[in-house]
Amino acid sequence: MNANAARPRIGLFVTCLVDLLRPGVGFAAVKLLESAGCIVEVPGGQTCCGQPAYNSGDLSAARALAKQTIQAMESYDYVVLPSGSCAGTLRDYPRLLAVEPVWRQRAQELAERTFELTSFLVDVLGWDAVDAEFPATVTYHDSCAGLRQLGIKQQPRRLLAKVAGLDLRELRETEDCCGFGGTFCVKYPELSTRLADDKIADIEQTGARAVLGGDLGCLLHIAGRLHRRGSPVKAYHVAEVLAGMADQGIGEDKP
Amino acid sequence: MKSTAHLFPEQARAALTDENLQAALRFAKGGFIDKRAAAVARYPDFETLRERGRRIKDHTLAHLDVYLERFAAAVEARGGHVHWAPDAAAARSILLDICRRAGARTVIKGKTMVGEEIGVNAALEEAGLEVVETDLGEYIIQLAKEPPSHIIAPAVHKTRAQICKLFAEHHGSPDTLREAPELVAEARRVLREKFLAADVGITGGNFLVAETGTVVLVTNEGNGDLCLTLPRVHVVLAGIEKLVPTLDDAATMVRLLVRSATGQDISTYTTFITGARRQDEADGPDEYHMVLLDNGRSRMLGDEFREMLRCIRCGSCLNHCPVYNAVGGHAYGWVYPGPMGSVLTPQIIGLDATKDLPNACTLNGRCQEICPVKIPLPDLLRRLRALQFERGLIRGPQCWALRLWGWLARRPALYHGLTALIARLSPRGAARRLPLDSGWTQSRDFPLPQRTTFQRAWSRQAKEERRHD
Ligand code: SF4
Repeated sequence: MNANAARPRIGLFVTCLVDLLRPGVGFAAVKLLESAGCIVEVPGGQTCCGQPAYNSGDLSAARALAKQTIQAMESYDYVVLPSGSCAGTLRDYPRLLAVEPVWRQRAQELAERTFELTSFLVDVLGWDAVDAEFPATVTYHDSCAGLRQLGIKQQPRRLLAKVAGLDLRELRETEDCCGFGGTFCVKYPELSTRLADDKIADIEQTGARAVLGGDLGCLLHIAGRLHRRGSPVKAYHVAEVLAGMADQGIGEDKP
Repeated sequence: MKSTAHLFPEQARAALTDENLQAALRFAKGGFIDKRAAAVARYPDFETLRERGRRIKDHTLAHLDVYLERFAAAVEARGGHVHWAPDAAAARSILLDICRRAGARTVIKGKTMVGEEIGVNAALEEAGLEVVETDLGEYIIQLAKEPPSHIIAPAVHKTRAQICKLFAEHHGSPDTLREAPELVAEARRVLREKFLAADVGITGGNFLVAETGTVVLVTNEGNGDLCLTLPRVHVVLAGIEKLVPTLDDAATMVRLLVRSATGQDISTYTTFITGARRQDEADGPDEYHMVLLDNGRSRMLGDEFREMLRCIRCGSCLNHCPVYNAVGGHAYGWVYPGPMGSVLTPQIIGLDATKDLPNACTLNGRCQEICPVKIPLPDLLRRLRALQFERGLIRGPQCWALRLWGWLARRPALYHGLTALIARLSPRGAARRLPLDSGWTQSRDFPLPQRTTFQRAWSRQAKEERRHD
């Protein structure tokens, strides 16, 4: 008998931001999925889910990237992403490809097997056997796409509750957008920064030493602003903390 | 009203450093959100109510011609006059005509956003009429000669100190910081005279009931009722999308509206108006007019923005919008601000003149989550962005960067090679400046790659494992 029969085969979609700027998040995701009993593969045909094009109105580029992603990922039992907003984009593919019936169908089948990492671990696998330590007070930023499109709220918290030494203090306004917004953050930098500053004020008020989140886009934006302001607060992707792989904060370079 | 929507970026920047505005916005924000949340929680099943509201509006819009005719016939059967205005200019001339024929000198107004949309005040004043706003917020901004900055709280951008100053200038009252009730009493005193002298009263209408020809008007100050009972002539000004089939439907919509708008269970005044004073009635106007405005709405009915016509103007999407809360309504440059305005304004005054509005949004989705009639505002904004892209309205370096990115991302082998090279050559840590970047690093450091991409490291690791096997 095949010992792997019961183990789901996961296609990990690392996302372009993690791939280029924070590879450790990808390794953390692999470690968590393997601990939860999955077989993880990373197909080389993936690049970017097409969200920047989709949100900027370049639908032909978005459709091309959607098809590329479907082709790269559809042979797996599940597609898992360490990002709520990219997972949300994959879930939106059927709508994006609505006018092409064959692709729409393939997109639909993929969308139904697509999950954000923490939601996959908790909602699909029912797994929370986290084996990590992070002795610090932290706070959590709920990214909007994960929160509203995918209903991700309790999943990362349930997992973080298992991290030894970690003390989670909630933000006063957990539902407020941090102002990243993809291309919004470079089109309207003053507005985007103002929203980051509101978020950072909230973060600092909790007394947390680190802010965690499930979307690298928001985290780069928050970390970039924290760094510019000279704040001691660090930023990590939640997967890094859950995998016990959180050493250098985002944007840090210490030997 | 003349649009300055094309100046959104400049106006938004100025708004961020306007201290009075920021103080007023901070004061207003939490209140709206908390009150709505409490009202929704008190209601047994708000989600079902929302779904019912959405269906009522969708059904009405699908048969709008039928319901409009039924409504008009019902209004006329009770002696009212119905006027159809295809655009803003037509609506203005209809109103001028009504005022002229009534020999009017003074016109009083209840709050109407359609009135702002067609620029009624300026038109009437130009014709020599005195126009007085009677909603307190509208009255304040009329004194300040400013447009409203919120669709249900027009003067929300003003601090109490600013209002005291305005009143001192216009009423000759003491120029000191006074409490709200005192200011309200003063406005009431001044406005009472105007009410009694007015010849024509103009109000909006929140819902138009097809089966009975009734206009439902929701207010909190009672000024609307005075506008429609004291003057000789009453004119209702409303968009054609305000129709609902029955009184029952209107009741559903009112439940949704007041909870979403002000967090009340019911508005202080909910008035059902069906025509002029009848013979056996004690008060009411002698003449009753209904002006129905199209102004782009019937076109929306036939295109991909139809869902926007469900909007009941509750203002909740403004209150929950991080961008609106940071810059206020004036930055948007025209009558309708916030998420609903960013969808609606391009429909009414054109996409060329409103390029920024659909982009000035983080797509956080909170507006859609709270909209009482479930309008998918972020999707509609995305559709507008796609239209802009199609028409070549998006230009500049960011557009080219995006195209280049899209081109590269469709070539995985090249993409992985190039990104791995960038990661290897890049310094580590965070950059204070980036080549070719204008947006990010003016206020944020940029976290840099960490020697390798994930893909490169992963395939190297896989090779090692194979060697060990
Ligand atoms: S779009 Fe929805 S939330 Fe916004 S004003 Fe209209 S009905 Fe209210």
